[in-house]
Amino acid sequence: MPLSGKVALITGAASGIGRATALLFARQGAAVAVADLNTDAGQRVVDQITKSGGRAFFEGIDVTRAADCQRLVERAVREFGRIDILFNNAGIIRRATVLDLSEDDWDRVMAVNVKSIYLLSREVIPHMQRGGAGTIINTASGWGLTGGAKAAVYCASKGAVVLLTKAMAIDHGPQKIRVNCICPGDTDTGMLREEARQLGEETGRFLAESAKRPLGRVGMPDEIAQAALYLASDASSFVTGTALVVDGGGLAGSV
Amino acid sequence: MRLENKVALVTGGTSGIGEAVAELFAREGAKVAITGRNEARGHAVMARILEAGGKTIFLRTDVRKAAECQRAVDETLRSFGRLDILFNNAGVFFPQTALECSEEEWDLQIDINLKGTFLMSKYALGPMIVQGGGVIINNSSGWGIVGGDKAVAYCASKGGVVLLTKAMAVDHGRQGIRVNCICPGDVDTPMLPEDARMRGLDWKTYLKGCENRPLGRIGTVDEIAKAVLFLASDDSSFMTGAALVVDGGGTAD
Repeated sequence: MPLSGKVALITGAASGIGRATALLFARQGAAVAVADLNTDAGQRVVDQITKSGGRAFFEGIDVTRAADCQRLVERAVREFGRIDILFNNAGIIRRATVLDLSEDDWDRVMAVNVKSIYLLSREVIPHMQRGGAGTIINTASGWGLTGGAKAAVYCASKGAVVLLTKAMAIDHGPQKIRVNCICPGDTDTGMLREEARQLGEETGRFLAESAKRPLGRVGMPDEIAQAALYLASDASSFVTGTALVVDGGGLAGSV
Repeated sequence: MRLENKVALVTGGTSGIGEAVAELFAREGAKVAITGRNEARGHAVMARILEAGGKTIFLRTDVRKAAECQRAVDETLRSFGRLDILFNNAGVFFPQTALECSEEEWDLQIDINLKGTFLMSKYALGPMIVQGGGVIINNSSGWGIVGGDKAVAYCASKGGVVLLTKAMAVDHGRQGIRVNCICPGDVDTPMLPEDARMRGLDWKTYLKGCENRPLGRIGTVDEIAKAVLFLASDDSSFMTGAALVVDGGGTAD
């Protein structure tokens, strides 16, 4: 199994892409620290992993709080002895133009989507350096590479994730720490339905619109998890500082 | 095995990245047709795959010629019954500025690197569409995304490959065909010492320059082959029109 003996830390792991990745990494042999704000759903992910013979624990944290991030990393090292993989996946969205966006919403999106990566990485990297290697994967977005309507702060935050990824790749490559991000297109998660709600659009019509891309459908959380697995495993040992676009062709051009 | 019952066609499969991909695909269960212009090397790769228990054929092909591309696809279908994966990998490189590059050298690089990708895809798409799906992976380069010194025709051809990839992804996604490219950085292939020689640089000095990237080393052909395997397998089922950069961080800054 490609992740045998590895320890992975995943944020936003109670649902959607994070959940699918936690389950996949556990199936591939990793011990998984499942972190999320949502305690009930997070604990259910851990139960599912342990029931199938995997190793995992849940830690309820707010990724925007330095003390929470520190607590999570300390527990992972205490229980599993090391950290090989950090998947910074926690994220939120606000569908609004800058005119309609409150300052509080701006700060919250930037804190969850971007600052959390800084807070967790600075806790985890010293452990990776001690272990001699590591891989960090950040969830960016297709909207970290191109703009979208009524998504000003989300685009700003995800653009920041793409370049934070590259900057960290340059800084920590010499220590054999690879840093990459994934740019998913619309994926069948709670966030996609939340977007329809925020925009006041009917869910069915919104999803049909999201499917308009070369492959003619939205992605499944498992398909994004497979991309994260590629970046987490030694199969990508020469890959760092890249943005892996997994979007059914959404960014390739207009259909 | 991740490519069981699949049939793959690898151009430029007689050395370097193409050779590594052909061998990895065969180990993962695929039947592999290899093309190249050098018959002796082609037979050597074929012999190694057969010896390891794989299934393979070698088809001497010049990807600049439409009739030979058509024949490569036809022969693959005749031998193995289907075609699931096309890896357009054949490529050549001359280090030259626009002032130094002759028209013949320009045509050679564009015709092998870019037109060859078009021609092979043109003939492979038909059977893939009939089958209801397929995967095309094109070998571009980090220099298909950023410019490099003394590489005018190569950069033009590889930039062309990136956008040809996206255009074909848009056209054929609805037919269940995914089209992606890889953008390798410097890799331990025969192309690298050949480049040093043509530039008149001492190998040690040249290699040091290549190693100047965040991971502090050049890539191995196996590391590129694993990226191609990821794109060829169902693990990348929601990926199309993408450029997968495998370069040790070389283009991160």
